[in-house]
Amino acid sequence: MSRETLFNAALLLGLIAVPAWAVMTDEPFTITLATRAVILALAAAGLNIALGIGGLVSLGHAVFFGIGGYAMGILAHHAQSYTPLMEWPFLIEGTKFMPLIWLLAIVVSALVALVIGILSLRTTGAYFIMITLAFGQMFYYFAISWSTYGGEDGMSIYVRNDFPGLNTLAPIQFYGLCLAILVVVLVFSARLRRSPFGLALNAARQVPARVEAVGMDPMRLKLVAFVISGVITGLAGALFADLNRFVSPTMFSWQFSGEIMILVILGGVGRLFGPVAGAVTFVALEHFLGGITEFWHIFLGLILLAVVLFARGGITGLVAGKEATHD
Amino acid sequence: MTETILATYGITKSFGALKASNDISIDLRPGEIHAIIGPNGAGKSTLIGQICGSLAPDAGRVELMGQDVTTLSTDQRARAGLGRTFQISALAMEDTVLENATLGAMGASGRPWRFWSAALGDRSLRARAEAALERVGLADHKTKRCADLSHGQRRQLEVAVALTLEPKAFVMDEPMAGLGAEGSKNLTGFLDSLRQEAPILLVEHDMDAVFALADRISVLVYGEVIATGSVDQIRSDPRVREAYLGESA
Ligand SMILES: Nc1ncnc2c1ncn2[C@@H]1O[C@H](COP(=O)(O)OP(=O)(O)OP(=O)(O)O)[C@@H](O)[C@H]1O
Ligand SMILES: [Mg+2]
Repeated sequence: MSRETLFNAALLLGLIAVPAWAVMTDEPFTITLATRAVILALAAAGLNIALGIGGLVSLGHAVFFGIGGYAMGILAHHAQSYTPLMEWPFLIEGTKFMPLIWLLAIVVSALVALVIGILSLRTTGAYFIMITLAFGQMFYYFAISWSTYGGEDGMSIYVRNDFPGLNTLAPIQFYGLCLAILVVVLVFSARLRRSPFGLALNAARQVPARVEAVGMDPMRLKLVAFVISGVITGLAGALFADLNRFVSPTMFSWQFSGEIMILVILGGVGRLFGPVAGAVTFVALEHFLGGITEFWHIFLGLILLAVVLFARGGITGLVAGKEATHD
Repeated sequence: MTETILATYGITKSFGALKASNDISIDLRPGEIHAIIGPNGAGKSTLIGQICGSLAPDAGRVELMGQDVTTLSTDQRARAGLGRTFQISALAMEDTVLENATLGAMGASGRPWRFWSAALGDRSLRARAEAALERVGLADHKTKRCADLSHGQRRQLEVAVALTLEPKAFVMDEPMAGLGAEGSKNLTGFLDSLRQEAPILLVEHDMDAVFALADRISVLVYGEVIATGSVDQIRSDPRVREAYLGESA
């Protein structure tokens, strides 16, 4: 077993052990923190596919996070106020049923990612960053002005949404649900990286000319990666909204896009468990340093700087070394 | 069967005031090696770029198997049967030799749109990739990262990736560049047999290789084809001697 596999296993074990311990010692807040870390890891795992494999430096992934959040907010808002979402041409009612909320989050994220991808993938480098950033701002200001759904103040949802067979209000059960989704996405990511698509996408990042010369369109590969990436981050947004029982335009903010990217860079760009390592570190710093000083972001910045300058593989690279080659 | 596999008609391309391709019409026939020679900056790579689709000509037409491919993208032309090697190796450096070869096999066999099964676990892809590596002599280096290969091995891998495509025509931009005497000799022998599978449009500076291999040679100078003919015709052509071979022959 490689060091990276061991490191990943240790992380996963921690994600099981810490909340289990918190249940036994009756520390629900620790579970909430862990849930936050898991959901942020999920959002970052989404970006890691576009950024880590495809090399797409998207500074607009908050768009998908926000879409997921508002999918939850809007459906739950209509459900709790017993008002239909629309009556014409056909009746659509709100819902508190998580799978339906996720479905909406996924579908809308996919469509929006497709459009943003088509428009922004014509550009590369700094232009790509700026265009994705601009889309993020568009959604942010739209959400602020969308007074039907709380405008700047956002919306509160009084009761967490339902999942069949679970009491989602019990922190550990909701945590388990989020962790299960993260694990599914990580398994999918692991398979994807070695799949024909992953191999081609990885090459499209390194040498697009080669990919073209063997008969594949690098742009199309990147577009599909961007859509997959957006869908995962969108799903994370829906869970995040459910965790807080609150959605607001900040979910769309460029600061949030930056935060997702920081998680990926901190954990190790393109490393399978990089997003997990990044999110756990981020939430831990936020909690412990944030408890000491409100300027904890400065420390985060310093750590990030150190990672970028001295540890290109992020925390994963630091602990586990270079990525092993596949046979 | 068409008489010409690959042909250009009046290809013209300018970079500002510089005419990098000036009304170039050449063709490639079944079973032959057609060498393109010319001094540095003559426009050889520019011509190849236009044949393979990475550069759009200002005027002129490219045909593959009798079909106009001028408006097709690079990846469409590759699927239509163009197997290209680059003057400067274009390989996925972080990936292994086998992964690079598999990439070619994937492109050739159709779609990369599979997200779950392992690429290297696909028996037919793998067989195709391994066969190509075997043929260029890289079978023992399958699991090496491309970045750890020697220059010569990278040149071999360039050729292997083109082989995995099983193309209708090979278009090779200086495959011998930097290979050394031994490497050039091996590759010359290999290309000699390869022409039976598909004809080769070969840009090459190594004159020993060109004279040993070429059925026909075209001489490109300042973006213009000044002569096309057999090895003997080209060797004795006074314009060629003056413009190009003058200093070396
Ligand atoms: N994208 C470009 N923009 C401007 N000029 C270019 C471009 N590509 C090539 N050129 C110029 O066109 C001319 C032909 O270049 P090309 O690379 O085709 O030559 P070549 O025959 O392949 O040379 P070499 O033997 O050195 O590989 C050169 O003068 C080069 O500087
Ligand atoms: Mg050249």
